[in-house]
Amino acid sequence: MPKRHPEFERLVLPHLDAAYNVARWLAGDPTAADDIVQEAMLRALRYHQGLRGDAKPWLLRIVRNVFYARLDARRRAGEVPLDGIGLDRLPGATGTPETDLDQSQRSQALDRAIAGLPEELRECLVLRELEEMTYKEIAEIVEVPIGTVMSRLFRARQLMTGAAL
Amino acid sequence: MTRESCEGMDLLIQAELDGELGAAEAAALTVHLAGCETCQALRQSLGSLSARLRADAPRYAAPPHLRRAVLADVASQPSWRGRVATRWSKRDAGWFGAGAALAAGLSLLAWLPLHSPDQSNTDAFVSAHIRALQPGHLFDVASTDRHTVKPWFDGRLDFAPPVRDLAAQGYPLTGGRLDYIAGRAVAALVYRRDKHLIDLFVWPGSGAASFHVVQGYNIFAWSQGGMNFRAVSDLEAGQMDRFKHLLTGKT
Repeated sequence: MPKRHPEFERLVLPHLDAAYNVARWLAGDPTAADDIVQEAMLRALRYHQGLRGDAKPWLLRIVRNVFYARLDARRRAGEVPLDGIGLDRLPGATGTPETDLDQSQRSQALDRAIAGLPEELRECLVLRELEEMTYKEIAEIVEVPIGTVMSRLFRARQLMTGAAL
Repeated sequence: MTRESCEGMDLLIQAELDGELGAAEAAALTVHLAGCETCQALRQSLGSLSARLRADAPRYAAPPHLRRAVLADVASQPSWRGRVATRWSKRDAGWFGAGAALAAGLSLLAWLPLHSPDQSNTDAFVSAHIRALQPGHLFDVASTDRHTVKPWFDGRLDFAPPVRDLAAQGYPLTGGRLDYIAGRAVAALVYRRDKHLIDLFVWPGSGAASFHVVQGYNIFAWSQGGMNFRAVSDLEAGQMDRFKHLLTGKT
């Protein structure tokens, strides 16, 4: 049987891990990340005909939009405080067994420091350091000028080096 | 090294580590680093942070149940082309797809300033200003003499920006350069007020006067004599306002 969405499988599907990684770091929670990625992939499936250029930043931008749309909805419903997801929901601190068992203490401290960054700094840091996106690609994903990406990245790194790791 | 010479070096050091530094900037950075222990230390700490993040921060992979769910979605969604190609030609369908993506706010290009410079892209001017603050980027022509700066733009622009020296009033002209903002060449005149730099962007046209603050930078916009002006600086707004009035000749 021929594939129904060959272009999607060739261009977009290879970035599923990247999509999950970004969703996981944004949401700070594996279950929420599952939901975000599944919804983002459905949207990507619907719109990939309009895709031009590299699919990875395009997909990550969709993931980010889905995350913020859900966050907005939850904030409107009063489920989330306006100032962020909250430090009580840091990955590692909530105890997700598969990650706790695999990570050293050092790694957990690093994990908590990243998770403790404000969202707009955390997303830039994760996109740069873990997904190896260029400044230009991050600017596209986050929808801010490159100068803003540079200053957010620098601020994120300042906070990280200031944290006791 | 004085602290003043370290201005802008932090972002250059970061750009070098991120592989985003051009050759000219890299050379300027190398020269600075050779004589500045503070910046050497910053580079060291940013470098080891990067190395630690890449080595120890988890890069989460999609769990198998998610991958299965996504693949099931892909298999169950009817082929988009199959659904619509019966009613529209393939070419139209392609355009419809692009339109739908745009409508959903997913266009990758939406962030680009596609129109001529206007009030709405103050960000672009701030970015140009920040870029210019990095070593080697500030001037194409470094001169305090307006009779040197003004002719320099001849042949490089399709308009002649008015160049005034305000040294006597405490805002000396220090140079000029060409910038490309929102798809057109604009003249950037660089003035100094104490230790603050003011970029004055000039290009033909007219628009309403305005004042914005973006990322801590003050931006004054006005038009006079068929030219648009944008002054961008971290200088405090009162002194920026005075600068504007000195240029416009209105007090």
